[in-house]
Amino acid sequence: MASLRHKDLLGIEQLSVGEIQLILDTAEALREVAARPVKKVPALRGKTVVNLFFEPSTRTRSSFELAEKRLSADILNFSASTSSVTKGETLLDTAYNLEAMSPDIIVIRHGSAGAPHLLGRKCKASIINAGDGMHEHPTQALLDGLTVRTIKGRLEGLKIAIIGDVAHSRVARSDTILFSRMGAEVCVCGPPTLIPWEYEKLGAKTTICLEEAMDGADVIMMLRVQHERQNEAFFPSAREYASLYGLTRERMRAAKKGAIVMHPGPINRGVEIESEVADAGCSVILDQVANGIAARMAVLYLLSGNAGLTPEKSR
Amino acid sequence: MQLILRQGRVVDPSQKLNRVMDVGIDNGRVAALSPKIAEKGRREIDARGLVVFPGFIDMHVHLREPGREDAETIESGVNAAVRGGFTGVACMPNTQPVNDCEAVTAFILSRAREAAKANVYPIGAITKGSQGKTLAEIGEMRRAGIVAISDDGHPVGDGQVMRRAMEYSRLFDIPVIDHCEDRELAAGGVINEGYYSTVLGLRGINPAAEEVQVERDAVLARQTGARVHIAHISTRHSLAAVARAKKEGVALTCEATPHHLLLTDAAVAESSYDTNTKMNPPLRLREDADALVAGIVSGDIDVIATDHAPHSIRDKMLEFDHAPFGIVGVETAVSLICDRLVRPGILPLERLAELFSANPSGILNLNRGTLAKGAYADITVLDMERKLEVRPEDFASRSRNTPFAGWKLCGGPAFTIVKGKIVWSV
Repeated sequence: MASLRHKDLLGIEQLSVGEIQLILDTAEALREVAARPVKKVPALRGKTVVNLFFEPSTRTRSSFELAEKRLSADILNFSASTSSVTKGETLLDTAYNLEAMSPDIIVIRHGSAGAPHLLGRKCKASIINAGDGMHEHPTQALLDGLTVRTIKGRLEGLKIAIIGDVAHSRVARSDTILFSRMGAEVCVCGPPTLIPWEYEKLGAKTTICLEEAMDGADVIMMLRVQHERQNEAFFPSAREYASLYGLTRERMRAAKKGAIVMHPGPINRGVEIESEVADAGCSVILDQVANGIAARMAVLYLLSGNAGLTPEKSR
Repeated sequence: MQLILRQGRVVDPSQKLNRVMDVGIDNGRVAALSPKIAEKGRREIDARGLVVFPGFIDMHVHLREPGREDAETIESGVNAAVRGGFTGVACMPNTQPVNDCEAVTAFILSRAREAAKANVYPIGAITKGSQGKTLAEIGEMRRAGIVAISDDGHPVGDGQVMRRAMEYSRLFDIPVIDHCEDRELAAGGVINEGYYSTVLGLRGINPAAEEVQVERDAVLARQTGARVHIAHISTRHSLAAVARAKKEGVALTCEATPHHLLLTDAAVAESSYDTNTKMNPPLRLREDADALVAGIVSGDIDVIATDHAPHSIRDKMLEFDHAPFGIVGVETAVSLICDRLVRPGILPLERLAELFSANPSGILNLNRGTLAKGAYADITVLDMERKLEVRPEDFASRSRNTPFAGWKLCGGPAFTIVKGKIVWSV
């Protein structure tokens, strides 16, 4: 099987169409491991993977951990609930300490955009970005791509609506780049306070009108509204947000017949998505979770052996 | 005569000079200026092919002493300044403790005397502790030697306090220097708000954060009659506001930094989140940089200043969000401007002299910026053919935080002379 020529996976931005296809194909092939009685392949036997999580995360971390275990890697979990700064040790010092343990891959989740890039420049190990600030969350986009491709059979030509807090969402950025690069038509939507400047240049249409975004959509991706994290007021209340941008059964009628609903989770029932919709047949939220393991296995597998390559720039 | 510079091109707009001449110096002052001085000097410099300017003054530096001597001291900062071609620097008050009283001003000046190289002109705080609430003892500090007041880095948000500061500054005929930033509008931002903040997922600083404050200051300056100087102007709209006020006769001046003239926010992406591209105000758009260059050529911008902001590697090598704002500048500014703006023919030598010497001297009332007979012999000699590479490891500054590492430049300082003494030569 071919491999990726990158040392690190810092964002979807760095991936070509062919490379995205390769990862999705690999993920599809690896997905059957989950159906085996012994859910394990020896692909990463003898390799060490560090999971370095500076932000609390249950789903992404468990997903990576399971992916690593199914590939037979040795795992070291290193979580710091606080940022490196408040801990007194800098991110780089932490990285150098880990590097001394000769890991092959470091999976990092960090609250600051660019933290994986800093590590990528300084560490020999391959770096996988598991979410950096408001920047990118590439493995989420890959699992989203895998989910859509599996259900719809293709990505090209689909209409994808991404709705919600686009400004603070790394998922929105990675998804926008991935889907538009693969030939889908991406439309992002949210209140004007949550659409960042010049977002169109990422390859998406932007609109503040929910009906316009939903019109004829094949895929509706709802973003989590992080009301608790925003000490600034981007909208008056969760209640008003739900009434203006919440996904309801009623509003689903504008979408194409057979449209699917996705969400990176964890969902806020009754805010960005009505319970009825979240639990309806059109919802593929749990498929996303299952595909997450396969997509991450593919990335780990394709990057293993790339440690020590020259680090690339982000853009 | 103690020193004679032979046959250099003397560029001094105060005397409308741009011609090859001899400059004679005695007792620390310019003693003679003529096409050929017959007398022999105790020391002579062959300045053929070089350009001789009234001494360059960087009116916006941070020397970090007292408080953060690990990043810079007055001595290391002054050594860096003379290496960069500056004969004088004006240092901002955001030290620890803040220069908000006579004692701190006196301390800075005594340390500067010990360093005995470039002139150091302290800037006092506007408010006590730069807290933005009550006026500092500006009169006392003035007596001790401050040349301006500023709460640089902690801009006065309260319009009433700023108004009083401007009114009060008239007592001493010193300028109020403002780092224009509406802190609520800028809150949490680390990079210019625009395409790059969006793709990099970094919090943006809205250009309006600067622009509304520039407009406020223009209004208050008009009303109070104070002399107000806008520090490190960074957007085209800020510049338009200053130009408009100037046309109306308001005593408003402004400065631009080499990095805002030469770089844009694309540098943050190109360098993959290098924290040496993080400064405040942030790097802006190409349209802004182009407008600033037009401004220094036209005269809408009065001064080039560096906002020299040393930070130790330990402090700067952090996540982009957590790293402090600012870069060092005194050792690269002159060469950058020579290479990128003077040599390509964008900026004439006369404008260079005004921007780096006559104007900062005039704004701060330093009685310099000229090579007229009898003036202090503070002189910057440039070699427009000198080839150099920016090598942070060679800096005289204690800090290395520059986005210009590795840049190959042509044109730079050859001699730095302060009160007739050669304090640095290449």
